[in-house]
Amino acid sequence: MKPNQKSKSLLVALAIALLLLPFVTDALLGRGWVRIADFAMLYIMLALGLNIVVGYAGLLDLGYIAFFAVGAYCYALTGSPHLAIAFPALFPGGVHLSFWVVLPLSALVAGGFGVLLGAPTLRLRGDYLAIVTLGFGEIIRIFLNNLNAPLNLTNGPQGISRIDPISTAGVSLNATQEIFGIALPSVHLYFYLFLAFTALVIFISQRLEKSRIGRAWMAIREDEIAASAMGINTRNLKLLAFAMGAMFGGVSGTLFAGFQGFVSPESFSLMESIMVLCMVVLGGMGNIAGVILGGVLLALLPEILRHSVVPMQQALFGKTLVDPESLRMLLFGGALIVMMLYRPAGLWPSRVRRRELDTDEAAETV
Amino acid sequence: MTNPPLGNSANSGNPLLEVRDLQVAYGGIHAIKGIDLHIERGELVALIGSNGAGKTTTLKTLAGLLHPAGGKIKYDGKSLHDIAAHQRVPMGIALVPEGRGVFARLTVVENLLMGAYSRNDQHEIAVDLARMYTLFPRLAERKDQLAGTLSGGEQQMVAMARALMSRPALLMLDEPSMGLAPLMVKKIFETILNIAEQGMSILLVEQNARLALQVAHRGYVMESGLITLSGASGELLGSDAVQRAYLGG
Repeated sequence: MKPNQKSKSLLVALAIALLLLPFVTDALLGRGWVRIADFAMLYIMLALGLNIVVGYAGLLDLGYIAFFAVGAYCYALTGSPHLAIAFPALFPGGVHLSFWVVLPLSALVAGGFGVLLGAPTLRLRGDYLAIVTLGFGEIIRIFLNNLNAPLNLTNGPQGISRIDPISTAGVSLNATQEIFGIALPSVHLYFYLFLAFTALVIFISQRLEKSRIGRAWMAIREDEIAASAMGINTRNLKLLAFAMGAMFGGVSGTLFAGFQGFVSPESFSLMESIMVLCMVVLGGMGNIAGVILGGVLLALLPEILRHSVVPMQQALFGKTLVDPESLRMLLFGGALIVMMLYRPAGLWPSRVRRRELDTDEAAETV
Repeated sequence: MTNPPLGNSANSGNPLLEVRDLQVAYGGIHAIKGIDLHIERGELVALIGSNGAGKTTTLKTLAGLLHPAGGKIKYDGKSLHDIAAHQRVPMGIALVPEGRGVFARLTVVENLLMGAYSRNDQHEIAVDLARMYTLFPRLAERKDQLAGTLSGGEQQMVAMARALMSRPALLMLDEPSMGLAPLMVKKIFETILNIAEQGMSILLVEQNARLALQVAHRGYVMESGLITLSGASGELLGSDAVQRAYLGG
């Protein structure tokens, strides 16, 4: 078989496996795990979005979850009764825009926030940029937390609930639907929706990586002065990186709000930003496959712990000594240290990074 | 068949580059305190001087990476005021930055293609790429290697070829000999002469004054933000002041 044909059949096999995944998972592990898979895909989309900013353009962003929050609140506000309750005079019946109308809008709004963050930080790099972006992420979260007075915009720490489920052509994804005689529960429907979006995000990432824009981003990452001496408009391209990354985050957030039916500021803490960044770094910065791997691993890890640590302790000691949440951070920190020692380029580094490290080692041994 | 010249020099009477009373300041400190210089078409001009004299600052300002505090820069008869760095490249101004500035994690060929970023003529870009491999055969051997893994001299070649890929009319080189082995310095300077002989206008900044003046037509000597001496290379090489200050004579 030709390599091209081979990779094509591999892709088909992967697609079939992914399409069957919710049924297999459902049968073997239970429905809860399909839901976990849904969340894993949201994280993958986030990680791929952050990969544009950090991996391609080399701009360290520690507040990335803010864009996820912006997307989520866009749909929460326009797709729930909250505005009708808070401002009955303005929105007597609530807004209740269709998900498919809100999705491009919240991508745009999130992109706008990306530019908002990018514009004042154009001159910053490295640690300084990290500090400002960290602050930005916190500002957004604190705003969401406190904007319930004097005007109740976000409903504060209680969050916004009763968000309309996503529906396509009149078919709600929140109920079991039957297609060709196969019953598809809600989590399965969301699985396929998220799968489609993840595939789209992967496709866009790949095209960007190979494009003129992608190469310009990498040039900026490598040497900004040389990049502008090449005729690259570094200001616009950095803003574009922030905006593109933010749009991915916004889309993911919108999906999250529709899926969850409820959003509150505590879902968008600094810890989440760090998680997403870890997915990018652990998996392999700049490499799409690596980032996906990082996303899957880190999204599954807490769940695996939750399902194994408590029963194990119960069996060994008869009671739960360490709760899985704190153990998660311990293992996580340990894993990061081990990774940085033994696989500094990530679990699945990009072709280029791997070559670079190989040559470094070769040079050292000479 | 002979190759057309590397430069795309447009023809008109005035000098290619004309700088009048240029001043540049970092914060409140004046790094350039009002200098005049000009470059004719096809000329190789050296700008020499010791560390901190303001040579790199001058080049960066000409490339648009720094904003002048005063004075005029005219290129090809047009004022460069309000023209951003990235807009100067398509006008024909190319900079080989100090310390080479290669894109370490991109391959050699990707680096060279970044040089043609402001161009759209795919066919001509391919032709120029082939020419760069003729000019620097070493780069052809290493084209799929990461630029960061090359030796200093090879990186200098990448930086020069990358700048040439934009088809400049004015090539500005910032310390091309810095940190290179003597043999490699010789090679790089042979290439600079070769490019100059093909009609390119070049502004060469160097600490190695003797070497620079040996290849250049004219030279300027810079000291603490001012041009203190200028003239034909031969004159400068012979002058007592230059001998004493830079040539260790």
